[in-house]
Amino acid sequence: MSQTTTAPTPAKSASLTRFLPSLSGMGAKLPGMAKSAGITLASMLLFLLVWQLSATYLYNVEAKSRIDRVMTEQGAAEAEKMKACIASGDISCKPNTLPSPSEVVKASSLLLADHRVISADKAAFKAKTAAVNAQRKAQGLDLITYTGRPSFVDQIFTSLKTVAVGFLIALFIAVPIGIIIGLNENLRTAFNWFIQVFKPVSPVVWLLLVFMIVKTLTLGSDSDTSFLISAVSVGLCSMWATLVNTSVGVSSVNQDYLNVAKVLKLGIGKKIFKVILPSAIPLIFTGLRITVSVAWMVLIAIELLAQSPGLGSFVWEEFQNGANDSNAKIIVAMFVIGFIGFLLDRVMYYIQQSVSFEKALA
Amino acid sequence: MSQNPNSSLRDVVLNMRDLTKIYPTPKGDYVVLEDLQLQIMKEEFVSIIGHSGCGKTTLLTMIAGLNDISGGDILLNEFPVSGPGPDRGVIFQSPSLLPWMTALENVLLGVKQVFPQASKKELKDICAYYLDKVGLGNAMDKRATDLSQGMQQRVGIARAFALRPKILLLDEPFGMLDSLTKAELQDVLLEIWDKEKITAIQITHDVDEAIFLADRVIMMTSGPRAQIGDILDIGFERPRARKEILNHPDYYTYRKHLIDFLEH
Amino acid sequence: MSTPIIEFRNVSKWYGEGDNKTEVLSNINLKIEEGEFLAIVGFTGSGKTTLVNMMTGLVSPSEGEVLYRGEPITGPAPERGIIFQNYSLLPWFTVYQNVALAVNEIYPDWPKDKRDEHIRKFIEMVNLTPASEKRPKELSGGMKQRTSIARVLATDPDLLLMDEPLGALDALTRGNLQEEILKIWSANRRTAVLITNDVDEGIFMADRIIPLEPGEKSGLGPEYKIELARPRNKKALNTDPHFKKVRTSILNYLVQLGEAAKLERNQDLALPDLEPIQPGTRSFGWLRRAS
Repeated sequence: MSQTTTAPTPAKSASLTRFLPSLSGMGAKLPGMAKSAGITLASMLLFLLVWQLSATYLYNVEAKSRIDRVMTEQGAAEAEKMKACIASGDISCKPNTLPSPSEVVKASSLLLADHRVISADKAAFKAKTAAVNAQRKAQGLDLITYTGRPSFVDQIFTSLKTVAVGFLIALFIAVPIGIIIGLNENLRTAFNWFIQVFKPVSPVVWLLLVFMIVKTLTLGSDSDTSFLISAVSVGLCSMWATLVNTSVGVSSVNQDYLNVAKVLKLGIGKKIFKVILPSAIPLIFTGLRITVSVAWMVLIAIELLAQSPGLGSFVWEEFQNGANDSNAKIIVAMFVIGFIGFLLDRVMYYIQQSVSFEKALA
Repeated sequence: MSQNPNSSLRDVVLNMRDLTKIYPTPKGDYVVLEDLQLQIMKEEFVSIIGHSGCGKTTLLTMIAGLNDISGGDILLNEFPVSGPGPDRGVIFQSPSLLPWMTALENVLLGVKQVFPQASKKELKDICAYYLDKVGLGNAMDKRATDLSQGMQQRVGIARAFALRPKILLLDEPFGMLDSLTKAELQDVLLEIWDKEKITAIQITHDVDEAIFLADRVIMMTSGPRAQIGDILDIGFERPRARKEILNHPDYYTYRKHLIDFLEH
Repeated sequence: MSTPIIEFRNVSKWYGEGDNKTEVLSNINLKIEEGEFLAIVGFTGSGKTTLVNMMTGLVSPSEGEVLYRGEPITGPAPERGIIFQNYSLLPWFTVYQNVALAVNEIYPDWPKDKRDEHIRKFIEMVNLTPASEKRPKELSGGMKQRTSIARVLATDPDLLLMDEPLGALDALTRGNLQEEILKIWSANRRTAVLITNDVDEGIFMADRIIPLEPGEKSGLGPEYKIELARPRNKKALNTDPHFKKVRTSILNYLVQLGEAAKLERNQDLALPDLEPIQPGTRSFGWLRRAS
């Protein structure tokens, strides 16, 4: 994080200046941080090395099989030509396998350049149609919208939007139901089989179920249902952890706290909001954190199947496409997916820290 | 053992008649208490002592209304006890503060319940008064989790007194503390009790604590079917100072009486 | 006089450096003689666990030195056995296996049946033979602590360190185990150091009691010799004049420590003159405020 973002908070800078004079006193802590940073860096380098070596190995295997095949089918002369072609790095005969780190870096800059081109195109389109659209709006006609191909960055934001809506669906279903069944043992028993049976169902099946229902419900409307289908499916797949954790958190409030509420004769509302919920919050948030990671994980598979735009369909299209840099683009998507998943978890962790009375486990 | 000399003159606050507690188990009923008779007088401090499992905690939770009565009844100012309520303040063994609230908010939660007619300032004054009395005047805004266990139990004491209960129930309140903190808190409790004179019943297994705090020590036999085995009047003057009590000639006589009963 | 089994020479211990430095123990000088039973009475935060860990070798002093038979302690060794308050038994092993783990480690050269006999001897000594095939989950707190006592004793330590061994047990079990530990101790008179927060436990068990001052920079208080004949009987002690005298003087010392640490209060706060209303009967509360 850059210095400019931390500077405006006075509390932080105050603690920083307090920290500086006693830097010698922190001697024991500083090498520890340097050490863990060093270990992380070293393991990253090792990872890149292993990746590079395996990519080279797979490249060689692929190249050899290609040459051998030409040899058996077309003879030695053609095989020599093939060998030379592969050595020259020409795209037409490039062995298609696990891309090396440098190819992935190249692919990511290509994707960014592509994004700039598309954005510029979009802006130009917008400028061009602005006047027409204003007119159409006045006449009550449908606006002319950009229908070009979305860029990689657009796909990321579409995926984030889908996962956010899915998460909110999970939140608004799982937390209230969790609280209600947590408060009542009979309801808990009644819901138990339901949770146990539907929790392990695969995202694909949820998607099909949602598809069946949404298809019927939106009969006659020509709106795009794929976004809705994937968001609802993500919500349904990921809500279980929150549902279970909320009901456990609410039902397992420390008996001592409940006794306090009883002795004080707290009303039911006060009892829930002053005693039960605060005590259940750490568990609820642990559930929400799991929900976010599950939502992000199943999102890719669901987008891929529902053919709604997003990172999942990006990966699938690249795989189907089979261009010579497709593999590298898939690996770029893999890193982006992983990194965003990590960021989402961190965000949830900090929210959890700020609302919970306990220190959550990292 | 002689009855409390003033008992006939003073009002009975709490009257237990033929009190019985039975826990049904698969192997048949387990009788914890049977036909127990006990009267607690106004402004009296009573300690109940006995080994673990003798039903003393069961007795206290029944008075508090947290535990059902199987037979007989408990009259509080001549009205039968049913269910818990803030007229019987409880200090639990673990301080059981709500950890997401500050010391003040913990006390305030109960105070709001019993003083619905009070203004915001009056409510806060009540809490501040009692928190100051237990020595937490400067730590009111600390979160419960930031307080040591001894400090938390001080908040527990303040919370109980601030409700101005008719009777105070103490369930081994210092059982989890080390002996120095324990002594400190006994002093705090006695100091505030001397001022408020709320009828108090305390469960303990600590002989010295019972002698130091109580006017009367009730000794309970081991369960099942626990009974009152013996009652000892403690004649020390109030207010009591620990040093004087320790050096008092009767101290070891009382101590021997209680130890003989418990070791028996 | 012979070399003491443990000697603390001007020992101080602090954690952290600079602004964060907290000195836990300050200038400790202590000699523990062969065969004696010493009790150190200390309270929460007085550094008693640090003190005992310096004797085991788990913690080294920041200043000064801790000697075992004249040699500086460099790390834990089986000749200094320790019993913790939390039993530290392995839950997936039975009583027998827990003890065996220690015995096999210390006496790997012994034939199997000799080890077996040794293990059973110590389980018998703590009266756990009927429960020797049970796992810790099925044992009461007292039985768990007996197991951990058997485990330590079976390794035949020269010095037995006990860090609040009975702190988590109820009064009755506590009393019984005190007597049992004393009985085992009297049988072979190993040197024993007991850390406790219970003055009565210290007087009943030890030859010598040293209080540890509470708070930061704890030092040792004055030592009290307990000259009561062994075996001791709790009931008889209560009328023993020496017992009363030494108990009163230790308690007086602690009361005086407590008074020094007393908190400021009495800011002359006023209590509003209000009557409590029981919830459920307060339906006219708002009327009163309005009037």
